[in-house]
Amino acid sequence: MTRTLTVLAAGPLTTVQDAGRPGQAALGIGRSGACDRVSYALSNRLVGNAPDAAVLEVTFGGLGLRADADLVVVTTGARCPGSIAHNGPVELRAGAEIRLGPPATGLRTYLAVRGGIAVDPVLGSRSTDILAGLGPAVVANGDVLPVGALDGQMPGVDLAPVADPAGDDVTVRIVPGPRRDWFPDEAWAILAGQTYQVTSDSNRVGVRLEGEPLERSRTGELPSEGMVRGALQIPPSGKPVLFLADHPVTGGYPVVAYVVDEDVDRCAQLRPGQALRFRG
Amino acid sequence: MRVLPSGTTSVLVELDDLDEVLALYAALVEDPPPGVVDLVPAARTVLVMADPSVTSLDTVAEAVRRTTPRGDRRAVGELVEIPVTYDGEDLEEAARLVGVDAAGLVRRHSEIEWSVAFCGFAPGFGYLTSPDWPWDLPRRSSPRTKVPPGSVALAGEFTGVYPRESPGGWQLLGRTEVAVFDLARDPAALLVPGNRVRFIDEGRA
Repeated sequence: MTRTLTVLAAGPLTTVQDAGRPGQAALGIGRSGACDRVSYALSNRLVGNAPDAAVLEVTFGGLGLRADADLVVVTTGARCPGSIAHNGPVELRAGAEIRLGPPATGLRTYLAVRGGIAVDPVLGSRSTDILAGLGPAVVANGDVLPVGALDGQMPGVDLAPVADPAGDDVTVRIVPGPRRDWFPDEAWAILAGQTYQVTSDSNRVGVRLEGEPLERSRTGELPSEGMVRGALQIPPSGKPVLFLADHPVTGGYPVVAYVVDEDVDRCAQLRPGQALRFRG
Repeated sequence: MRVLPSGTTSVLVELDDLDEVLALYAALVEDPPPGVVDLVPAARTVLVMADPSVTSLDTVAEAVRRTTPRGDRRAVGELVEIPVTYDGEDLEEAARLVGVDAAGLVRRHSEIEWSVAFCGFAPGFGYLTSPDWPWDLPRRSSPRTKVPPGSVALAGEFTGVYPRESPGGWQLLGRTEVAVFDLARDPAALLVPGNRVRFIDEGRA
């Protein structure tokens, strides 16, 4: 029996993700990695993996897998019908299948297998960066994913008591960004006061928001500058883009604010149509 | 030097010009303040990313302010030669914008030594500058949705080579067969900060 997982159905978008490629931004290589780092970290912890082991990031369910050997798996993040292993590890016997339906709340589910997904790393990471086109290909039907050797101790936790991602309005904290002064106080009041809608062209690069546009108080071009996840960049449309894991390393539109880093993981679970508010 | 807020895990240091950026960046690379995990130099800024579990942003900002920029920052990296066929779609327009003919623009571009100031935009995309390049060129008013890989282009005070097909607003001068970013090679990126570059004129197709 080979330690592999066979992909019966890849779903709308499933990628391999780990802790990403930190430390290479000066070469134009972004960090990438799991969008919801809290759920990712929990998934590895529950099966006794190293904190930077690779897992599957499943977007809006739809993933079908067959275990080709006896394997221990867990899912965290968005709870999908069909997952008997949500927030608690289960053993799949060789030949057993798992099929994830669409989650009732949240967007991204993390499926960790004990031993980690052992595809070849690229530039030190197994993460797929969809913007830069780096890392393993997006998971496809029929893929056979190698599973690494067992290493760490199982933690002996049957079920982690964590809340499912919110299905209703989400509020996150913001702090002024480097180009706060490119916008008048009225724009800040709109940003911190209105309810935004998450649009359907959101992805791993960023959450795109619909709402009353923010107007700049100064014109002119901004030379591209470095940014990190959580940046609220304001393109000429005036509608914010909230950067997630695969954001560009540098950008030329002003960043009016940042979402507090610990709150970005919750933003990675926002679905199109969901409401988002910022507390300044 | 102005230290601007940039979220809860980084600060953005704004400087007056690219020389100041590179001098500060060189000093920070040589002697990084504790807890700094990544640095992103750009045209006027250095983004300093820190691990908040190790340090505070106030401590990082203070360490950056105390850093003495490296005065001598002549590029001393490897010399990379890039053969170019100068037949780009924007060659005539770019020449007109700077007030020379196409041959004059090509001659200057291929006779001087460039160096990689910083990277960004895409993996392996280097922003090249030269003290011997006199011109500052606007981007195209409407960016192309697809620029072919290997395109050699100009914008602002910079020249660069597109590592792969992507959207882009730079003025296209020509193209090269050299892969500036190749994962089969170690290191994958040819145009890393500090490397020196000469473009070799292969003529016009």
